[in-house]
Amino acid sequence: MIEVGANLPEKVFYLDRELLKRYADASGDQNPIHQNEEFAVSVGLPNVIAHGMLTMALVGKYLSDFAGGSAKVVEFGARFTKPVIVPADEKVDLTVTATVAEIADGKISLTLSATSAGVKVLGMAKAVVLQ
Amino acid sequence: MLNPDSVGSTFAGTDSITVSQSEVDAFCAVIGESDTTIAPPTFTIRITLTQFEEILTRPEIGLDWSRLVHGDQKFEIFSPVKPGDELTCNATIESYRVAAGNEIVTVRSDLHRDKKLVVSAWSTLVVRA
Repeated sequence: MIEVGANLPEKVFYLDRELLKRYADASGDQNPIHQNEEFAVSVGLPNVIAHGMLTMALVGKYLSDFAGGSAKVVEFGARFTKPVIVPADEKVDLTVTATVAEIADGKISLTLSATSAGVKVLGMAKAVVLQ
Repeated sequence: MLNPDSVGSTFAGTDSITVSQSEVDAFCAVIGESDTTIAPPTFTIRITLTQFEEILTRPEIGLDWSRLVHGDQKFEIFSPVKPGDELTCNATIESYRVAAGNEIVTVRSDLHRDKKLVVSAWSTLVVRA
């Protein structure tokens, strides 16, 4: 039984440069800041960063798993507060948790948390899934 | 700088877009989703981002895509998108402001199937000063 205030289980995703390349191809977003370290540094970034939308896609998977399928996710929003930094030849974490904020009219509202290397990467992350 | 006269304008996509099984498969594979009969919740960014990039970077609108970062994103999904769906996409420039030299623009993309709204997506984009 899910109750308001309940904390949902944590899930950890791992990102590396290869995943960023695959996401670039799958999404069509070929911005070089997500693939080319030299370019990323030249525009003032610390290193290659993950697409904000890749972070959101993985959190979306967390939501689908909780809700029992992609079709049950009806609202999903987030602010990209800090980048997920992906150095070469490393796997970095994306750690996702959620808290039940409201249950009403057959819908569950969740407040989401997403961190990488201990840094909060999404702000005001919220979703609504069908019960 | 974005042309302020464009704020409030809606741009209709010219052609309908058919969601292919292979593009849903590829998106699902990246996130580890085994059910490929439904597009994952954020899949439609693949359609909307391409469209609003083309619109916002038109010379008469003038957004500088090279200094752009994604500020925030929201989806409202009224009906799940599936492979084989034929969708049309409209983009509306909802708001624009300049803060500390950064340009902040919000675009709403509305995806329709058989003239019914299936997804509205809001993308806030920041052009860094």
